Amino acid sequence: MNLSGANIDFTLLLPEISLAICGFAILLLGVTKRGKDFGFGLGLFGLIAALAFTVQQWGTLETGFFGMVTKDGFSSLYNIIFLLAGIISLLIAQTYLRAKKIDKPEYYALVLFSILGMMVMASSYDLIIIFIGLEIMSIPLYVLAGFHRFNPKSNEAGIKYFIIGAFASGFLLYGIALVYGAGATTDLRLIAANYHSMAQQAPLLLYAGVALILIGFGFKVGAVPFHMWAPDVYQGAPTPVTAFFSVGPKAAGFAALMRILDFGFDSMDEIQSVLWILAVLTMAVGNILALFQDNIKRMLAYSSIAHAGYILVALTVGGEGAVASGLYYLLGYTFFNLGAFAILTILDTRDGTDSRFSELTGMASRHPFLATLLAIFMFSLAGFPPTAGFFGKLYIFSGAVEGGFIWLAIIGVMTSFVSVYYYLRVVVACFFTKADHPFQQVAMNPYLALALIITAVGALGLGLFPSSWIDLSRQAFASFL
Amino acid sequence: MDKVEIYLPILIMVAVGALIATVLMGLSVLIGKRTRSKVKMQPYECGVDPVGDTKHPVPVKYYMVAILFIIFDIEVVFLYPWAVIYDSLGMFGFLEMLVFVAILITGYFYILGKGALKWD
Amino acid sequence: MIGAEHFLIVSAILFAVGVTGALISRNLIMIFMAVEIMLNAANLAFIAFARIHGDMSGHVIVFLTLTVAAAEAAVGLGLIMTLYRRRGSVDASKFNIMKW
Repeated sequence: MNLSGANIDFTLLLPEISLAICGFAILLLGVTKRGKDFGFGLGLFGLIAALAFTVQQWGTLETGFFGMVTKDGFSSLYNIIFLLAGIISLLIAQTYLRAKKIDKPEYYALVLFSILGMMVMASSYDLIIIFIGLEIMSIPLYVLAGFHRFNPKSNEAGIKYFIIGAFASGFLLYGIALVYGAGATTDLRLIAANYHSMAQQAPLLLYAGVALILIGFGFKVGAVPFHMWAPDVYQGAPTPVTAFFSVGPKAAGFAALMRILDFGFDSMDEIQSVLWILAVLTMAVGNILALFQDNIKRMLAYSSIAHAGYILVALTVGGEGAVASGLYYLLGYTFFNLGAFAILTILDTRDGTDSRFSELTGMASRHPFLATLLAIFMFSLAGFPPTAGFFGKLYIFSGAVEGGFIWLAIIGVMTSFVSVYYYLRVVVACFFTKADHPFQQVAMNPYLALALIITAVGALGLGLFPSSWIDLSRQAFASFL
Repeated sequence: MDKVEIYLPILIMVAVGALIATVLMGLSVLIGKRTRSKVKMQPYECGVDPVGDTKHPVPVKYYMVAILFIIFDIEVVFLYPWAVIYDSLGMFGFLEMLVFVAILITGYFYILGKGALKWD
Repeated sequence: MIGAEHFLIVSAILFAVGVTGALISRNLIMIFMAVEIMLNAANLAFIAFARIHGDMSGHVIVFLTLTVAAAEAAVGLGLIMTLYRRRGSVDASKFNIMKW
């Protein structure tokens, strides 16, 4: 066998390898008597090392391992999003896990493996590698959702996420099989090059395949009508896991979707109308159902569905500008959504909480700083200037208008006006509702503070210098073409 | 197609086997003597009197072993194609497979350390 | 004469069976097995297409997806087992603590 053309270059995989080694080390040390406490430190070390390697890779454009691995600006930017989400969710996790007495080293290893899967997903042009990455990501997530073994809600969340996730991967795999049948290849570059001859020879296989792939990823990113699992899983899973859920897998799903739709099947025009419907449904249903929630985690679940809708708008429009604004929005969303969840996690470390709106009353007088931060994140989620949420929406919707999708932009703006109501409900509960019972004190520690600082600086920093970040996203997108 | 012919002996064999079995079974049903007593209708349990219900809950450790078996069993599937083209892959293939097996062994040590294989 | 097309038809039927089974069944184990049928339908399709195109990669993909399915099965059975030990049931319609 000739390996000379394969470009087997392990430096390409350094971020992934560092995650894998640290994950295995955590597992092995975890079974010894002394090593149980290393989980958090080793996990953080692995993520930071992977982040350093990824930043170092920025600007390279290289494929290796028979074209199975592609490291370009696009994958680097996505990998940075995943790793940031991992670091922040790890920082907030330890306190929560200790408070709930489920601080096991496996938690950190599972987070690392899951991020490894996301990075594999974002760094390949091959549908099968994307599928395997998706599974490496999903299987640890099933366990993480059910990580609170003695909490029936967590059990239920784990099993629901597993059933829906496995169901979705069935669709995805069958879709990939049909696309393979149409063109005898799973490489998106070859598919893009031979698209027209494939569409002529086997149009039925191709369309059915792409439809099934879309359904599969629709489940993963939580697009309506494939969203029904999200609220239950978000509510039932341990709060730091929910924080991770709302960003990591969603971003990974969009990474794969952007590569598949904006590169592999760029010439398939019919996708646009399907995406149009998906985007409108996702924005409308997510934002409207979020209005009726009593549980903040459930409300944020519907809100994350709505945010997936905004990014779907960017995907519908397509092309460099729109997808770059989608990337910018995703980066901002990582910060402000994780920030909101970080505060929720801190509140949840107390006993007997169930993240209800009523539990927020009196927070402003007891913890003015935390309450202010929560308000900032809520304003960001709602899209008030000068936050990253505002500029992200501005770029996405103005891109939609420029691309001729005026109705899409109008519906998007209207639904995001609806969203202001439920985000402000949180702020009102914190600041302007009279407390009938004293607010229970929460304990802070340096890790939680660090997570809050990173997310707050990110959310505001992206909003203060939007143009330089948009340029960065544009650069990232341009490199994958 | 011509190739069907090579399966002909097997078909004949199957037919003869089925015939012999049916004839013998049929004969025993037709001409055999039947006695129905209470003792004879009892479920047979190695000659010992049957005890308790047959629907026993199986201890969880059986499931543990079964689940672990699935994993390690299916991973071996990658060793077969590797072994077939071992010579042409050379040193690189060998080292890659070492990494693969090392990952599996990590998993093995983990379950060993967790006590998942302890029977008592 | 049985050609590769027949295998594709079988695979499509299997996929349909899997999807229907996963949607209508109430038993978690049954749902899980229906999902496994879907994955195996995809495997059959990969093999059939590899045969039609005379391309080896379809065969390799089946190896990979088999392993993935096994890993998924292990985790899924583990989760179902935990749930059964705590609730004494694997009926999906009974898991409705959370409702919107």
